[in-house]
Amino acid sequence: MENDPASGPVGTDDALTSLHPNHVKVLRIKAALAAIPFVIASLVLEGTDRLPPGLVFGPVALLALLAIVRVPLRRHHARGYAMGDDRLRVVRGILLRSDSVVPFGRVQHIDVNQGPLERYYGLAALTVHTAGTHNASVHLPGLEQGLARAMREEIRAHIRRETL
Amino acid sequence: MNETAEPAQMAAMPAGHRRTDPLSFAVNGVTQLTRMAVPLAIGAVTIFNDGELGKLLLIAPMVLGVLGVSFLIAWLRWLRLTYVAGASDIRVESGIVSRAARSVPYERIQDVSLEQKLIPRLFGLVELRFETGAGGKDELKLAYLSRDEGEALRRLVRARRTGEAVVDAGGAVDEADEDADEQAQVLFAMDRQRLTTFGLFEFSLAVFAVLGGAAQYAESFMGIEMWDPDLWRRLFALQEEWILGLGPMAQVLGAVVAVLTLLVIGSATGLARTFLRDWGFILERTSRGFRRRRGLLTRTDVVMPLHRVQAVSISTGIVRGRFGWKSLSFVSLAQDSGSSSHVVAPFAQDEELEPIIRIAGFAPPADGLDWHRASTRYRFDGIALKSGAFLLAAIPVALFAPTPFVIVPLALAAGSAAANLYAWRFRRHALGGGQIISASGLLAPRTQIAQRVKLQSVEIAQGPIARRRGYATLHLGLAGGTFTIRGIALERARALSDAVLASIAERDFSELT
Repeated sequence: MENDPASGPVGTDDALTSLHPNHVKVLRIKAALAAIPFVIASLVLEGTDRLPPGLVFGPVALLALLAIVRVPLRRHHARGYAMGDDRLRVVRGILLRSDSVVPFGRVQHIDVNQGPLERYYGLAALTVHTAGTHNASVHLPGLEQGLARAMREEIRAHIRRETL
Repeated sequence: MNETAEPAQMAAMPAGHRRTDPLSFAVNGVTQLTRMAVPLAIGAVTIFNDGELGKLLLIAPMVLGVLGVSFLIAWLRWLRLTYVAGASDIRVESGIVSRAARSVPYERIQDVSLEQKLIPRLFGLVELRFETGAGGKDELKLAYLSRDEGEALRRLVRARRTGEAVVDAGGAVDEADEDADEQAQVLFAMDRQRLTTFGLFEFSLAVFAVLGGAAQYAESFMGIEMWDPDLWRRLFALQEEWILGLGPMAQVLGAVVAVLTLLVIGSATGLARTFLRDWGFILERTSRGFRRRRGLLTRTDVVMPLHRVQAVSISTGIVRGRFGWKSLSFVSLAQDSGSSSHVVAPFAQDEELEPIIRIAGFAPPADGLDWHRASTRYRFDGIALKSGAFLLAAIPVALFAPTPFVIVPLALAAGSAAANLYAWRFRRHALGGGQIISASGLLAPRTQIAQRVKLQSVEIAQGPIARRRGYATLHLGLAGGTFTIRGIALERARALSDAVLASIAERDFSELT
């Protein structure tokens, strides 16, 4: 799966840093939580005995399994970032690939966010905001929380250095 | 570096962190109470009206419970919201279960405003808003601080920023501006003759849309059935007899009159709209920047500082373009009106536009530019997708409709392919003199010019087809607008991206605003 064409970088061929392995777990749990209502609904339909057994539940369970097991792994492999001397590059997307570069000199403010799942797994998401209408905020999830903070400090230090 | 980072779970506050004023918890509680007052009152009235006091015993604990929980949440929120005014940034951390930490460097804070709503004012509290360049919605705010603390924080932010001369100089210019206004230099103005020509090019049959709307209104409110076939059949039967009775000459004459009427109505609409919007259009250069005044009934007066202009856009139409008439607008960090781009010369010739573009700090597209086109694969895919839809539509037509009708979707497919092929010739982009220029459009040609140094970010995006075929779309982050170049070869996209990023790296954002 590492050699999947989808996980190749879109932009320049610099080495991308991949996200923390725990990111896959978080993605899987989120996918599982999103799949629960559909699985329950299909089970209820199954219980009404109006349709041949397994006609609804089978495909739904298969899709749910795919969304929980395979998709998060693919998404994880599709994502990556590169911290340059003066810019942050974020690559993401399986179907719709995007490769964004935000120069530190254009960062307006920086967010470090943690949901309950991220906190449990010691992860954090870094979001940098720019003044542009497109890419007003570039989101980078699945970082180890200490690293996310360190990156924030680095970007912030850079803004200060450039201005002085 | 990890060692210096503060621990994630903060049971106790780390040094330097401060909470908002304890009273803000009370303010939030009271605000919520006022919000709940109306439903509570309605509930109380209905209960007492019904005379079922027994229910009150059941409901009162529930209301108290809800109140208790909301106060508890407000208190937890207050407990978990801390801020630090550090050496180089303001940082706010918040969230009971999810944690959010926002860091705003002092260099990026454009202004600090103190806001007092009624209830916080009763408690002597203020809300602090830190305005950055990043649009309105994602600002940093602190609610609530005591008035003294708010003032102190504002002073601190302003003091930390004093090294930044550019922004402070802005204030000085503002004050000197009053008497300098008289030496304003007129850059562009439209006399009545120009307005009339402009109005004729603004030919619009929009009035018929309005009439259609009125007809629909008549239908629903006056009971006339627009879609009732009998009504129309009767009407046409009457007309038909009358028209047939007139003979062929009169019929042709009638058609001519109808077309002329359409022309007159369309032109009149265009003229009226143009006169209303652009009456007395005048663009001046003042010490504060560009100043535009226009309008007949509502006169608007907009000032755009020179450095706020992020990009310029030249647009025209397929007909007016033949006569050399073009419209120029500025994309800016618009804070003065709803629309983000300002028309500065709606109807002008190239030689009139050139000086305006130059004053704004841009260069009009020169002759020797190295223009690049979109990828031919993108052209092929685009045409295949658009014409393919028409070809697909031909299948059911061929199966179910009389044979001659098949020509319609086939002709549409061919026409669309030809138009797209022709339009592709106008879709091009170039780099030159610190600028990036992009042009596109057949019916409404548009040229965008941006200074690379004023861009905010670069994104190369590819969909599933684009990835297989090796082309990409380049999105450039532009403050107050969008700048997108579609369907260029991946190598070209990378080259453009590198050029833009190299230019951006030369200067920091705070030197631009």
